[in-house]
Amino acid sequence: MKKVIQQSVTLPTDYTVTPGSITTSTGKTLRTEEMIINMGPQHPSTHGVLRLELVVDGEIIVDCIPHIGYLHRCFEKHCEHMTNYQQVIPYADRMDYCSAITNEWGYVLAVEKMLGIQVPERVEYIRVIMAELQRIASHLIAVGTYGIDAGAFTPFLYCFIDREKILDLFEITCGARLLYNYIWIGGVSHDLPPQFIDQAKEFCAYFRPRIKMLNELLTYNEIFVKRTANVGILPKDVALNYAVSGPQLRASGVNWDLRRDDPYSVYHKFAWEPQIGKGEVGTVGDCWNRHMVRMREMEQSLNIIEQALASLPPGDVHAAIPKRIRPEKDVEVYVRTETPRGELGFYVISDGSTSPFRVKARGPAFVNLSVLPEIVRGAMLADLVLIAGSIDIVLGEVDR
Amino acid sequence: MTTEELLTILQGTFTDAIVGSKLSALQPWIQIAPNRTKEIGIFLRDEPSLQFNYLSCLSGVDYGNGMFGVVYHVNSTVLKHSIVLKVLIPRDNPHVQSVSAVWRTADWHEREAYDMFGIIFDEHPDLRRILLPDDWDGYPLRKDYQVQEFYHGIKVPY
Repeated sequence: MKKVIQQSVTLPTDYTVTPGSITTSTGKTLRTEEMIINMGPQHPSTHGVLRLELVVDGEIIVDCIPHIGYLHRCFEKHCEHMTNYQQVIPYADRMDYCSAITNEWGYVLAVEKMLGIQVPERVEYIRVIMAELQRIASHLIAVGTYGIDAGAFTPFLYCFIDREKILDLFEITCGARLLYNYIWIGGVSHDLPPQFIDQAKEFCAYFRPRIKMLNELLTYNEIFVKRTANVGILPKDVALNYAVSGPQLRASGVNWDLRRDDPYSVYHKFAWEPQIGKGEVGTVGDCWNRHMVRMREMEQSLNIIEQALASLPPGDVHAAIPKRIRPEKDVEVYVRTETPRGELGFYVISDGSTSPFRVKARGPAFVNLSVLPEIVRGAMLADLVLIAGSIDIVLGEVDR
Repeated sequence: MTTEELLTILQGTFTDAIVGSKLSALQPWIQIAPNRTKEIGIFLRDEPSLQFNYLSCLSGVDYGNGMFGVVYHVNSTVLKHSIVLKVLIPRDNPHVQSVSAVWRTADWHEREAYDMFGIIFDEHPDLRRILLPDDWDGYPLRKDYQVQEFYHGIKVPY
């Protein structure tokens, strides 16, 4: 096991603690020993069933070994045993259950690309509106639970009040509040109901000041800043080498957003900007910046939603698709989309039958979590909760 | 840069390691030799005109005809181009050179491919199961997988 000594900590008294030893005020050096402790799988701050095996030297983390798989539900094997391509969509919902729309969209885009289907303009707009609403809802969970990790309970409740309003919009559209099965191959399951546009506009107008309020309440809160700024710094080159994506990559200062850099759907028609960590507080790539990128992304999502609602074209919400979906033999695609957590890739291979031959889901949370040991080595044990929380993992997607 | 241009560059540098390609596919791919993946990876990552610094996805595949495959989707966040690399290996001797020293993200992806297909990645720093328990029998995503009857006294098929 690799032992990395990164920092020493000076306590308020005359003790100096470095990994391996404690020096007292009289100059006496005391030996310390490494200890292995388990965090999880049932631990409130691991955001699901994640077990972290920690090697600690006093309060300093020497190494961290994540153990995953507690929520493994054989998504990829299930896909091969479906009777048709559409049946996979509800399973894709259940991977990242905080952001179901973007998951099903990723899978549907892959199948549409295999078949060469062009969906109507209205469908693209509806999908963008839904995905961006979902992004706000997902970031609200991330921000709210992150507040809890830092010991602030109130912002969580405010976040959930606002998230409920988004879920109401989903409910009037397709009847479901968490797992939608809304985006179908070649279209969406239901057209927007008549009251949707007004209600969504109302939400946008209501939510903009709420972001400011959340920033005042949490982001710039002095205790929160002290807990998160300069903690768990992920440098740019490490982030890229680990293929970290989404807000976590952008917080490290990499200007990379698939909605702009590998464009899909109609995102190019709207005025918006990918948000990167600027380091107003702390260092670029630390926990605070990861949190801040999410806060700013919510504003950008609102911009996209407002523009899409204003220019929503009329028309049908179903493209003409074959009755039996049967891509040609040996056609394979890798399609990646930007979910609230980062790059979600679906690698789908067809064997000419009515069900996929192989589906590989590249979950952003899975990859983002793999960098955790790299950034927690040398950190304090109490900061681990905040570092793990800032990654915003959903174990359903890590384990699939 | 298109796959065609990349293929020419790779063929010029690694003559015998480039086994085949399919440029007419929806997403064209290049097939490389399983024991040369690391040096090709380092070349793709470090060559200034290529800069493939981002391994998006690494997937294991069981083609069902006695062959396994490992597919690499690599792209560059600087030059914004991408490449699909493939490795084909026989099922009875599934060895591939690990690329986790080139792109660290491959570490967990390769563990997953090992977990699900039993593909062995040589030179991998820590090749053990990742999603399934360490004492699980068999490799579930193989096409001929039969689930075990009992796991620690618990009936598995339901």
